[in-house]
Amino acid sequence: MKTYIAQRLGIGLLTLLGMSIVIFGMLRLAPGDIVDILFSTGGYVNPVERVAIEKELGLDRPVWVQYVEWMRQIMTGDLGKSYRYDLPAWEIIRPLIPVTLELAALSLIVSVALGVPFGVISAVRQDTSLDYALRVFSLAGLSMPSFWLGMVIILTLVAWLGWIPPVTYVSPSENFWLHAVQFALPALAVGYRSSALIMRITRSSLLEVMREDYIRTARAKGQSGGIVIWRHALQNAILPVVTVIGIEFAFLIGGLVVTETVFNLPGLARFLVEAILWRDYPIVQNLVMFIAIVVILSNLFVDMLYGFLDPRVRYGN
Amino acid sequence: MATRPLGVEVPRVAVALRRPGAGTVLARFCRKKPLGAIGGFLMVIIVLTAIFADQLQTHDPIATDAGQSLARPGADHWLGSDHLGRDIYSRIVHGARVSLIVGLASTLMGSVLGGFIGLLSGYIGGKTDLLTQRVMDILQGLPLLVLALVMSAALGPSIPNVVLAISIPIIPRAARVIRASVLSIREMQYVEAARAVGLRHLRIAFRHILPNTIGPFIVLCTAQLGSAILVEAALSFLGLGVPEPYPSWGRMLSVSAAEYAQKAPWLVMFPGLAISLAVFGSNLLGDALRDTLDPRLRGA
Repeated sequence: MKTYIAQRLGIGLLTLLGMSIVIFGMLRLAPGDIVDILFSTGGYVNPVERVAIEKELGLDRPVWVQYVEWMRQIMTGDLGKSYRYDLPAWEIIRPLIPVTLELAALSLIVSVALGVPFGVISAVRQDTSLDYALRVFSLAGLSMPSFWLGMVIILTLVAWLGWIPPVTYVSPSENFWLHAVQFALPALAVGYRSSALIMRITRSSLLEVMREDYIRTARAKGQSGGIVIWRHALQNAILPVVTVIGIEFAFLIGGLVVTETVFNLPGLARFLVEAILWRDYPIVQNLVMFIAIVVILSNLFVDMLYGFLDPRVRYGN
Repeated sequence: MATRPLGVEVPRVAVALRRPGAGTVLARFCRKKPLGAIGGFLMVIIVLTAIFADQLQTHDPIATDAGQSLARPGADHWLGSDHLGRDIYSRIVHGARVSLIVGLASTLMGSVLGGFIGLLSGYIGGKTDLLTQRVMDILQGLPLLVLALVMSAALGPSIPNVVLAISIPIIPRAARVIRASVLSIREMQYVEAARAVGLRHLRIAFRHILPNTIGPFIVLCTAQLGSAILVEAALSFLGLGVPEPYPSWGRMLSVSAAEYAQKAPWLVMFPGLAISLAVFGSNLLGDALRDTLDPRLRGA
């Protein structure tokens, strides 16, 4: 087990190293850097100043030196300095993390709370009109852009209740209920979308398990239908569902990028978009690396969970 | 090759004789997969809209008209007009072109490139396979939208760049699917026979294995088309996708969204509905094709 974790972490580290090269390379491909952008807003270009700024930001050095420097900084826990705000990157990123984590966790809860029960109902009532309706409902979720769904939710609230959700971030200590509503709306939009995949996998996995002999045995000895499904069948059908929830988490972060922008929430994802538009390399590099780390760790966590959920799973070899 | 082994030719003829016509296949598909047929119907409508956009438009999609700013949906502007007085209906009709071109081009590019990588990596196996898989892991370690976002920002907003930015994240997904099916096909007896006859590796890979991965390939393409359209919408919404003046569905949401949505909800409703219908259609069709062409992937 320990060797397995070590092995997985090793592969994870290699993946991250490769990812860092990809990200670094892609950002250096960009036409125009922060200096161009600063000057284009200023409206004039002074070559002397330009060279001075490039030197100050370290952009005059060879690309590989910049890369090695970045790696050295990451190793020492220094995330560099934001070009745009002239602040240490970590100081800017830190307050954004809880916002995004809260939103991601809420969205995940929504997606599981919708996806698993709907998948079970759909499987139990296979090929009935209820099954079709639920499948269309979930597929519709998969088809709507979550940012559009967010806009529609806001518009509906305004039209029906005459109530406009807060346009700026409300902290939980300020007004807990307003904060809860503010996060519930985007979580609903993102979670509904993510629930589709969870529902499908729950349905197909449960359908497979329900054909097995031990389910018939349980029924035959007079166990009630509900217990057979929720206790006996779902327990064995849940493994693929857990995998998908893990994959979904990575998916979710993608969905948050636009949703945070629509709902004007000061999270990592919205900040990533801003930083990309500003070519704020240290921020973009580190945020994308952070997302990659979260994705890799969540995959590892899901694989670890298998052992607890299903004693038949053995690691290694 | 002068002496083609007989055994390869005979079953092919037998299959060809039994193959039903395209009409029969279509009718059977519609009967067995009504939802898939609806999806196919939606896709046909969108493709036709894209082709005949010039005939279907009621106004010039780019022309502005200050007097008609934020006009309500009605006889003149069927779906209303935006803040610059541009007709929403005509813009949506033309937006179908952009969405389909970007969606199809990026899906095809990503799937074909990924497919080749998957084919070679699966066929060659060994260290090459291992190395390729690790590289694919790297590309897949990021959410599709995040990777496309960074890519399109790096490349700058233009249609070819958006296609490139969306197709690259599709590559590892395609490579996985094709590799998996190559791994099983590689072990089949007819491949062994081809090897025994002394065919070159490239010929075996491209002539004998590749055609048999067409099922998973089609399934993959329809499945990815929906997400490619969604990613294009998101990129354009953020201002990193298709540039003005092309009417793109995602772009239409970004311009209108912030300021005018409450005064003119039709600015938000209709482009979003167009995106949703296009993706819904390709998802329905993709699901049905998956069940029909590749039962092993069911539920994946």
